[in-house]
Amino acid sequence: MSGWQEVIMTTDVGLIYGLVAVGVYLTFRTINFADMTCDGSFVFGSSVCATLIHGGVSPYIAMLVATLAGGIAGLFTGILNIYCKISDLLSGIIVAFMLYSINLKVMGGLPNITLNDMELSMNSYIILATILPLATFLVYLLFTDFGLALRSIGYNKRFSEVMGININMMTFFGLILSNALIGLGGAMFTQYQGFCDVSQGKGTLIAGLAAVIIGEKVFRFKKAGFFILACIAGSILYRFFIMLALHSDFMQIETQDINLVAGAIIIAMMLIRKERKIKNIIDNLSLQKNLRFTVREEK
Amino acid sequence: MLKLENICYKNILRNINLEVKNGEFVYVTGDNGAGKTTLFNIISGILKPTSGCVLIDGRDISKMCLRERTGLIANVLQDPRQGTIAEMTIFENINIAYRRGSRRYCSVAPSKLWNYFKEKLSILNMGLENRLNEYAGNLSGGQRQALSLIMATISDYEVLLLDEITAALDQKTSKLVMNIAHNIAKQDNKVCLAITHMR
Repeated sequence: MSGWQEVIMTTDVGLIYGLVAVGVYLTFRTINFADMTCDGSFVFGSSVCATLIHGGVSPYIAMLVATLAGGIAGLFTGILNIYCKISDLLSGIIVAFMLYSINLKVMGGLPNITLNDMELSMNSYIILATILPLATFLVYLLFTDFGLALRSIGYNKRFSEVMGININMMTFFGLILSNALIGLGGAMFTQYQGFCDVSQGKGTLIAGLAAVIIGEKVFRFKKAGFFILACIAGSILYRFFIMLALHSDFMQIETQDINLVAGAIIIAMMLIRKERKIKNIIDNLSLQKNLRFTVREEK
Repeated sequence: MLKLENICYKNILRNINLEVKNGEFVYVTGDNGAGKTTLFNIISGILKPTSGCVLIDGRDISKMCLRERTGLIANVLQDPRQGTIAEMTIFENINIAYRRGSRRYCSVAPSKLWNYFKEKLSILNMGLENRLNEYAGNLSGGQRQALSLIMATISDYEVLLLDEITAALDQKTSKLVMNIAHNIAKQDNKVCLAITHMR
């Protein structure tokens, strides 16, 4: 594979995982819901898409159904959290855990499905044509009053309650939208690599979180809507970091070290954040004015 | 007009009857644990009374939907950090409050709202009207509390509830904020209930 081809491939995978990053951003940052469903909903979208394409359905319809499937996974997490009063973290873990068996059932009991002989719709142009309009829509959505309401429940639930925002409905909406995007990401990834494996969802959450953190650090947007673009760009950068790490001969990193590299990238990004915070505190202290200390005298 | 009929809540509140007419400003005082905030939560519809009912202009709030209820009751919370969202701009904060009780459509706030919000903020005389693009987190506690007062009263309401809004403020700012609250309630000619330890 030539270097140029590898760059294009890395960008494509980064763009596809950009959907996962946006999904993670919507739950973790926007509605402040630690949703672990994504490890399951990514494969759910992927398995639904692969099975449908294998059964002769058009790849575009398969992608659409996979998106809906991801959304249903998010809906189920929402039901567990809101109606069954199970904590956000646990409800996501339970759904992701159950989805493993469901994915195997969807794939007819097979651990993987190969789509090599099938007609697939995925290439760089289609990836761009899918992701660009979606990202534009999401940026617009976060700028609307509906988007404001969605963001407000993540920042301050008591405030949202007083303002008459239906917190349950907003949580449902955030979860469905997030997991639908992750399901779509799974479907696109399956078509891109030409096969679906039941265990390919491992590390989806970490990849998404890493992209969100890189996006936030590198592109310091002030408006929340633009963070959608930062997440996608962060995802592409994350893939490039990994590609560069795997190609750097002096570090002698091999394919099995990929989780180690990914973790190191996240830690490095987190440390940059802390260093900046400390610097800000020091700057603020040096600007302190009009502050007086008076010692109380005992009579 | 706000009317409380035989409100009971567990063993905290027993047969509370109250009638407040429009234009009246009523202070609610009492020891800690007397049930002041519980009463406010019942009036807001956050808590359901064990027995009795809350009537606003003769309508029972327990029979209203969330949107309708929050459209009638404006609430200013005790902690200025809870009454506003630090991570949003002043404009975004007021925009959320402006749509309180209305149906939410997916539309971006029109620019004409900008001037309307500026006009409302100028009542405070705190210079906030020129800082609409700034994050609410950059404001001081007093400014944030004054902002939440404007946010509560920017859209139509019938009852204004002030839950110890000066608790986190210094004496000077407390007086300023309470004066603003008085003026707004008097000008709008609405029912106003305030929990306070100030006289």
